[in-house]
Amino acid sequence: MAISSAATGAMPQKTARRRDPVTWIIKPLVWGLCLAPLGWLMWLVADAYFYGGRGLTANPVEFINLYLGDWALRILLVALAVTPVRILTGWKQVVRLRRLIGLFAFFYVVLHVANYVGLDQFFNWGAIWDDILKRWYITVGMFGLLCLTALAITSTKGWIKRLGGRNWNKLHKAVYLAGAAACLHFFMMQKGLQYEPLIYAGVFISLMAVRAFEPLKRKLVKA
Amino acid sequence: MLIKSRKASDVLGSEITPRTVFEGRRSFLKSAAFAGAGLAAGTLPTLPAYAARTPLSGVQKTKWSAENMPENDPVNSYEDVTSYNNFYEFGTGKRDPKENAQEFNPTPWEISIEGACAKPGKISFEDLIKPETLEERVYRLRCVEAWSMVIPWVGVSLASVLKKFEPTSDAKYVAFETLFDPEQMPGQRQPVLKWPYKEGLRIDEAMNPLSILAVGMYGEVMPNQNGAPVRLVMPWKYGFKSIKSIVKIKFQKTMPPTSWNDAAAREYGFYSNVNPAVRHPRWSQDSERRIGEIFKRKTLMFNGYAEEVASLYEGMDMRKWY
Repeated sequence: MAISSAATGAMPQKTARRRDPVTWIIKPLVWGLCLAPLGWLMWLVADAYFYGGRGLTANPVEFINLYLGDWALRILLVALAVTPVRILTGWKQVVRLRRLIGLFAFFYVVLHVANYVGLDQFFNWGAIWDDILKRWYITVGMFGLLCLTALAITSTKGWIKRLGGRNWNKLHKAVYLAGAAACLHFFMMQKGLQYEPLIYAGVFISLMAVRAFEPLKRKLVKA
Repeated sequence: MLIKSRKASDVLGSEITPRTVFEGRRSFLKSAAFAGAGLAAGTLPTLPAYAARTPLSGVQKTKWSAENMPENDPVNSYEDVTSYNNFYEFGTGKRDPKENAQEFNPTPWEISIEGACAKPGKISFEDLIKPETLEERVYRLRCVEAWSMVIPWVGVSLASVLKKFEPTSDAKYVAFETLFDPEQMPGQRQPVLKWPYKEGLRIDEAMNPLSILAVGMYGEVMPNQNGAPVRLVMPWKYGFKSIKSIVKIKFQKTMPPTSWNDAAAREYGFYSNVNPAVRHPRWSQDSERRIGEIFKRKTLMFNGYAEEVASLYEGMDMRKWY
């Protein structure tokens, strides 16, 4: 930033930031897109409550649970797609969206779990603990939640400094575990042989593959 | 531009005429004409020609009628029962069956009776179930997914139907099969389960007075998404045992394979009796959410029908035979 304002000479830093499309166009767009599913859910809830709308189905607790889980997984995969997009397109600025999207994924995971704890189990901690211990898909889901919680807490600049860039980077590789846990959680939860969880798992594996091939490609280019 | 705004009190055309009746008006006219011809020829009365929401007349009251149900088991709304379904033949989402079953045509319908009985053969739906034998049976339905509903079925006792075919002493079990017709049942185009859907009962379970073949609900013919034209209802077992759109009934000596047991034996046993003490790998079965309620309620042994059915399982280890 300092270099660019030096290059443009008279232009003050503020103006440069104002003209930065990532800050002023793309980030607000990401906010809007990431909040849209929640907005739609709130509309469905209001419609059901005030007008007797049936968008939440006959079992709203289950519907909300699946809806929030779906969006948590989708947004997590979008966050995991940021680096592959940079690799494939060479658009470096996209990396600046990674934390924002990752935190939105965490936000939906928290809502998903809050719905499970509050509405589904109604704070019956004994039953929840029992679920975590005895129902593997919930065990796996909770593991994913733990990973993402650690990453969300350490997502600030302060924590990057405290941990040091190298350690911080290592810790944040845990997002791959969270992604795998989320896909597995969805797969285990479905009954019978269904394609949907396999599609999500396929997307996750493809994104990981793009990452894995980058260092290989560099080596090949050097050789 | 004229924009017509709708007041809340305005009645929509769709509220007067159900969409299926409207769209199926030609087949309705045709079947009405047939029914008229039948009457003119002096034949016995048959069940009304199949069109969604056709009322069933002469349904007899029983000890299971709505007025005899406990106060804390109010009947669920027609809307809830017909828009929230597990019927994977029409898709795996809860709303899929209602959406995808509208074009399903359950007429004419034939059921094949096979195996250890004196009178095997094919029988039409109209010959299998006589309208004068219909009874109202309001039962709790407990899904293995830990939700439940109270549904006013119309049907006949399963025993009364099975006895007509004179099962032999080899008939230790009864196997059932759902229609396989991927053209009409889009869910069958995907290998979610091994189609056709199969279920089975021990003969004494099938002969229990609680077991029914249901052909309607809310005093009307069975909606497509709920298993038209005829389905099993076993109120003390998890919902998936109550097989829908039945085309085959077979008496046999050995325990028949069942679809969910084939898909995941550890999760779904042959008996699948509602039992809060036997936990399931996916859902704690000790409580359930009644559709229309927020808080869960305790699940009752045999879904509250222990008095009627507990004797069937005396001496059996219910953890082994889940």
